[in-house]
Amino acid sequence: MTPHIGDSYAERDARERARALLDPGTFRELLDPFARMRSPYLAAQGVVSQSDDGVVVARGTLGGVRACVIATDGRFLGGAVGEIGGAKIAASLELARRDAERGMPMRVVLALDTGGIRLQEANLGLLAIAEICDAVVALRAHQPVVAVIAGRVGVYGGMSIVTALCNDVIVTEGARIGLNGPDVVETEAGADEFDASDRPLVWKVTGGRRRFAQGHATALVADDMPDIRAAVEDAFVRNRPFVAIERPEFPDPGLEREAFLRAYGITP
Amino acid sequence: MIETLTFTYPASSQVERRAHVGVVASGNCELLLEPHSEQHASVVVRTSAGGYGATWGAVLDRFFARHPVAVRLEIDDFGATPAVVAMRLEQALEQAR
Repeated sequence: MTPHIGDSYAERDARERARALLDPGTFRELLDPFARMRSPYLAAQGVVSQSDDGVVVARGTLGGVRACVIATDGRFLGGAVGEIGGAKIAASLELARRDAERGMPMRVVLALDTGGIRLQEANLGLLAIAEICDAVVALRAHQPVVAVIAGRVGVYGGMSIVTALCNDVIVTEGARIGLNGPDVVETEAGADEFDASDRPLVWKVTGGRRRFAQGHATALVADDMPDIRAAVEDAFVRNRPFVAIERPEFPDPGLEREAFLRAYGITP
Repeated sequence: MIETLTFTYPASSQVERRAHVGVVASGNCELLLEPHSEQHASVVVRTSAGGYGATWGAVLDRFFARHPVAVRLEIDDFGATPAVVAMRLEQALEQAR
């Protein structure tokens, strides 16, 4: 876990992350910015759209094997998934499944950096996430699906469910995985329950190290491109079957809360 | 509301290839620059910060006075400052040449 200055994954944008995850010189983007697959809903709400709708789909090879890297751009609207970007992700997964069924497996990497569903597209975003979940489960029957969570946003909302469906989840210490984002929890439950401005608390509860310790992530690596690439290759070579995390039974909700707080090192 | 601005400039040189730079994020903008078959430059700016038409004009006037290239240029802006826009323009041209 020795960091190499200048080879950070987090500092790359989505397109450069995809390029760096693929074998050198093999990056080829599908529906690139010049395809102008913009969201048709944002302008009406006074929000400027982006030419790739915040999703990069790249084909190439990974460890010499056909591969597809799907990367969300955490800088554009927090990487939130709308109808167009969601369709790009779901369709890519679907194509990979069809190829797998024809005996042409493809290594699929979800390089996610996203706040979840794009609120401006509400129900369409929800539908997109359902389609993506469906596609991941269908693809998983044929080959492993690997998620890399190593960006500045992390993975929240519906997209955290997508992450939970992946065979392997590679995280860095700076990564975060959570269903409700810190601000959502604070708004719902109050700052006494969860102070979203307390960054150590946010990482203590949703950070990469915690998620790895809990088994929600399968590898914890440094924010270093060669380390992340090695972890991705390792994930495909090991070809782990998908194992659902068993949820302990708590007959008493109060007991569950106590156990939860203890698990986070907080005295109930 | 989003404001859409259009500009045209005379051109005397070409670019080799298209270029994509930037991102639609706070204080930043995305540029799509392509070679234009006609002998002028046409620019479309979509910006979330309305009321800065004259500033956009000044930044683009200066760029196309220095580089009279025949391009189709689309800019999607999320509140980039004139300095950031000028840098993005140069970056796009560097990639397109």
